[in-house]
Amino acid sequence: MRTRFHLNGTPVTADTSPTTTLLDWLREDRNLTGTKEGCNEGDCGACSVMVTDETGARALNACILFMPQIEGKAIRTVEGIAAPDGTLHPVQEAMIKHHGSQCGFCTPGFVTTMATAHLNGATDHDTQLAGNLCRCTGYAPIIRAAQEAEHAPVPDHMHDTPLLLTKNTAGEPQAGAEPPITPAALATWMDQTPQGTLIAGATDVGLWVNKGFRDLGPVAFLNRIPELAGVDVSDDTIRIGAATTLSDLQRAIAPHYPAFAELIRRYGSVQVRNAATIGGNVANGSPIGDGSPALIALDATLHLRSVNGTRTLPLEDFFVAYGKQDRADNEFIEAISIPRRTDHLRCYKLSKRFDQDISAVCGCFWIEVTEGIVTQARLAFGGMAGTPCRAGWAEAALNGNSWNEATIAAAMTALSQDFTPLSDMRASASYRMEAAQNMLLRAWLEDQGQTANVLEVTP
Amino acid sequence: MSIATPLPHDAAHLHVTGAARYVDDTPTPSGTLHLAFGLSTSASGRITALDLEAARSAPGVVDVVVADDLPFDNDVSPSAHDEPLLAKETVHYVGQPLFLVIATSHLAARFAARQAKVEIAESTPTFSIEDALAADARFEDGPRIYERGDAARALAQAENSLSGQFHIGGQEHFYLEGQAALALPGEDGDMHVISSTQHPTEIQHKVAEAIGKPMHAVRVETRRMGGGFGGKESQGNALAVACAVAALRTGKPCKMRYDRDDDMIVTGKRHDFRIDYDVGFDAKGRITALDVRHFTRCGWAMDLSLPVADRAMLHADNAYWLPDMRIESHRLRTNTQSATAFRGFGGPQGMLGMERIVDHIAAYLGLDPLLVRQRNFYTSGGGISGQKKAQTTPYGQVVDDFILDDLVEQLRASSDYDARRAAIAQWNAANPVLKKGIALSPVKFGISFTLTHLNQAGALVHVYADGSIHLNHGGTEMGQGLFQKVAQVAASRFGIDMAAIKITATDTAKVPNTSATAASSGSDLNGMAVKAACDTIRDRMATHLAQLHQCAPDTVRFTDGQVIAGEATYSFAEVAALTHQARISLSSTGFYKTPDIKWDRIKGHGRPFFYFAYGAAVTEVVIDTLTGENRILRADVLHDAGASLNPALDIGQVEGGYVQGAGWLTTEELVWDDAGRLCTHAPSTYKIPACGDRPDVFNVALWDGENRADTIYKSKAVGEPPLMLGISAFLALSDAASACGPHYPDLQAPATGEAVMHAIHKARGDV
Repeated sequence: MRTRFHLNGTPVTADTSPTTTLLDWLREDRNLTGTKEGCNEGDCGACSVMVTDETGARALNACILFMPQIEGKAIRTVEGIAAPDGTLHPVQEAMIKHHGSQCGFCTPGFVTTMATAHLNGATDHDTQLAGNLCRCTGYAPIIRAAQEAEHAPVPDHMHDTPLLLTKNTAGEPQAGAEPPITPAALATWMDQTPQGTLIAGATDVGLWVNKGFRDLGPVAFLNRIPELAGVDVSDDTIRIGAATTLSDLQRAIAPHYPAFAELIRRYGSVQVRNAATIGGNVANGSPIGDGSPALIALDATLHLRSVNGTRTLPLEDFFVAYGKQDRADNEFIEAISIPRRTDHLRCYKLSKRFDQDISAVCGCFWIEVTEGIVTQARLAFGGMAGTPCRAGWAEAALNGNSWNEATIAAAMTALSQDFTPLSDMRASASYRMEAAQNMLLRAWLEDQGQTANVLEVTP
Repeated sequence: MSIATPLPHDAAHLHVTGAARYVDDTPTPSGTLHLAFGLSTSASGRITALDLEAARSAPGVVDVVVADDLPFDNDVSPSAHDEPLLAKETVHYVGQPLFLVIATSHLAARFAARQAKVEIAESTPTFSIEDALAADARFEDGPRIYERGDAARALAQAENSLSGQFHIGGQEHFYLEGQAALALPGEDGDMHVISSTQHPTEIQHKVAEAIGKPMHAVRVETRRMGGGFGGKESQGNALAVACAVAALRTGKPCKMRYDRDDDMIVTGKRHDFRIDYDVGFDAKGRITALDVRHFTRCGWAMDLSLPVADRAMLHADNAYWLPDMRIESHRLRTNTQSATAFRGFGGPQGMLGMERIVDHIAAYLGLDPLLVRQRNFYTSGGGISGQKKAQTTPYGQVVDDFILDDLVEQLRASSDYDARRAAIAQWNAANPVLKKGIALSPVKFGISFTLTHLNQAGALVHVYADGSIHLNHGGTEMGQGLFQKVAQVAASRFGIDMAAIKITATDTAKVPNTSATAASSGSDLNGMAVKAACDTIRDRMATHLAQLHQCAPDTVRFTDGQVIAGEATYSFAEVAALTHQARISLSSTGFYKTPDIKWDRIKGHGRPFFYFAYGAAVTEVVIDTLTGENRILRADVLHDAGASLNPALDIGQVEGGYVQGAGWLTTEELVWDDAGRLCTHAPSTYKIPACGDRPDVFNVALWDGENRADTIYKSKAVGEPPLMLGISAFLALSDAASACGPHYPDLQAPATGEAVMHAIHKARGDV
């Protein structure tokens, strides 16, 4: 199929299969070999490119970006970061000056991510670069370079213009059905295409293809359906479109539930969050996705849609068993809504590495206390069972009881009735259980004003 | 003067613009074919059926090759000829290449490689160190033993003694550029190979054997690697040989690169170790006796495991005088990836074992571990200020360049160690949930290949008639800045600007019979070889000018781009032209061999190292006693690079080495399942440090001194030693865990959150 976009300022049309990645196309069809393949799964950032649409410029991993996802947008690769006359970009100058490259293989990805952050005025460098791995430098000189470049003006050529307005753009017809561009059309498409695959951010589907060689069958790209994205905040509800990226959700949710926003900050990396959608995270059904525990703790409602109409259910009921969700073949997730209330949410993510790592355990707790008594406890965990789910026994140990250390201790004990976690490469079963129990203790301690987060400690 | 100048990496401008070419970026002729290995899914057994029909008929497949199809040698081992390119009858680990797919694209080859039906009659595998000991599965007949004095008697007489067992995990290299090679078939069966390798000569050797030709028929080129860290010393052999064999078979250029998961599943990693110890010491913590057993998990093939295990033994003392000492080293064979070279080459494991022992002693005596370290340091003997007689290592080498007394005192002061240690104790008393820890650890690392004949290097320098220079040597560039440092040497010898020098790809056709760029030896060896080549040409120029101007050749000066002979001043280019017109050669090779080294690895005695490189680091950490989560808050490093050839590049090695070492001992955990499958085979599951994991405060300085040994401009090797500075992070975590209770925390490596949590329980006496 054909994809039209701007490449380093020049309009181009590519004719590829729907699951050809931008990385392969750049390297193999265009001989633009500056963009590197480091892992082919979106974890190292060596393939980072800048993608601009009408909402702005973002860094994305080209290795898990299918060509139709960039329809109408503007792509800037490392070859287009220096000005057309060869003048280096401020981040390139600074990287040379501060010795930010050694072997140089990760460098194009760093430069592209840094230039994108520079364009957007972002100076939280550790977060901006969490998705770019470097094995040589130890990162210190790269951060020095990023800091030095902060105040340099953005070169004119970096302000890309998308080729087309991407919203409601059908693009070139795919073989078979018309690509759906409205939720209603998508419902029809799903009804007629039971063997089809929906592709939103492709941060997981990309791996099915790159690593699993899975044949996706007919595909529908959700980036073409604007109604599915966006966050609407009303007096009592926050409604999150399924195709809302984690980055957009993070920004939108921060004023209401900052703990959820901080959890999202540690979800994947900038590049992953710029692509991944909350609907995809939920629909995937993974027991170790971080979105679902937080949403379950927030008492989220899932909105499913099909040609038969819409259906809602509590999110926790969606997860039936490992790999099995309560979704008919012709249904898709349209939105997730959560109540807008006074914040009582705490989120704890445990992983081997703080940034860009999958949780061993994710615990998200909504604990309301009125006059010293727990009036509502919703404790949701990821990584403790075959699905994201609530800890009913532990909740029962809290609800209606005094908010004190003894009650927390009882809830910690009760948690062992709720879960029998697995041992795997991320953690042993016993460590998972202990950490999950201690997350409850942490919630109590933090509520009492104790410092209990190593990320908040300074030298 | 180009020497000691903090110039950027020679390719920095190419790195930042994406213009630096790696193997997979090399433009290839049309018709280039792509390769992928089909891998064993069993750890041990005999192949009973290999049905490749589906692979052969997969889209884009040109051919599928099995062991019996190989025309000549089926071996890619760098040592014992025990590593077939393609498994012949038996398999030895999950991930072993069984067959080779040749296809029209990388994707087609990878897809087809998964389509085979393989039947294997499984036999009982050996996975763990304990399995291998039980099965007596080992390399060499029995353990290697080095000893001095009578450790057993000294232990029996010791005032205090302790015993322990310590596990040290391995480490995946995670070079960002995966293994890759490209073979271009030439006329008359010649083969031109472009390889991402630290050892072009080894590639040449293995390719020649595989295509049945003398080495002269094979030319190997390496411009740069996207990281090596030891992982490209021998692990690139398989890809280069596969490409050459396939190119020979098809007559087409053939390229191979591993997908990241394949790379991690197929290739070897750092050796994991178990270290058992019995140590005797007096009330001040001075070690009087030490008996150490190293159990080294080597994997299925020998590869470089013997010298790795040797080097671990040679660093089992680290910086400490051990009067009565016995060390026993078991090199164990297991059905896992064949562990290989990794920055430090066994040294880090040996050193960490010793540091852990010192830590244990300090905990037992209730002393500041730094005090115990200093009390056990070798004497600073033998030097100008050395009043005391220099001491010798357990393997008989005199430690005559020991500088750690002064270096550590300087770091102790600059890092404010004592005040911070006191402040941390106070902080810990006030914080029930979080605990801080601090540790200072020293590094003494021996420089030279322990296989003495490898300590040689060659260079080839051409001066063109316009005064520009073509520089070539046997070292390879993997990011460490070797090419720039050596070019700085060349510029300095001719007194010219760096711009006059063209750095060129390592090429077996220009400099033959090279050693791997390994053992931190790159600039020591190649810098000297290039100096020799430049000096030969410079002397010819000087001799000619001296004749022209009736002056002594040694009065001719090469400086600031000019050559001054008597009253005359020429530009360097004019001298090049003049010399050429006088029919004098402007091309020269250069050669260097390290002097004064002699080593008997069986007896464990001699002088294996030309000199030692030193350094020390102070790390402060914080741990969370609820989950074991932990973070490095601050690191202060003082490292000895001698008189640095390029302080910026050397500091880059120190910073990067520290973070890589800290990663090895914290988040980088390799996990295999019960069937011997590596579970952590991608960055999604194997966690090298990310940006936010570097120390919040990171103060790195170079020791102001010069090498006492006669090295290139009195510099010191700096590739591997800084990795071991990361040991201080591990020790700081142990220190923090110690703050949780009265018992020794017995922290095991890597100190993941889970391992730290376990150590906290040990400290509390819960387990």
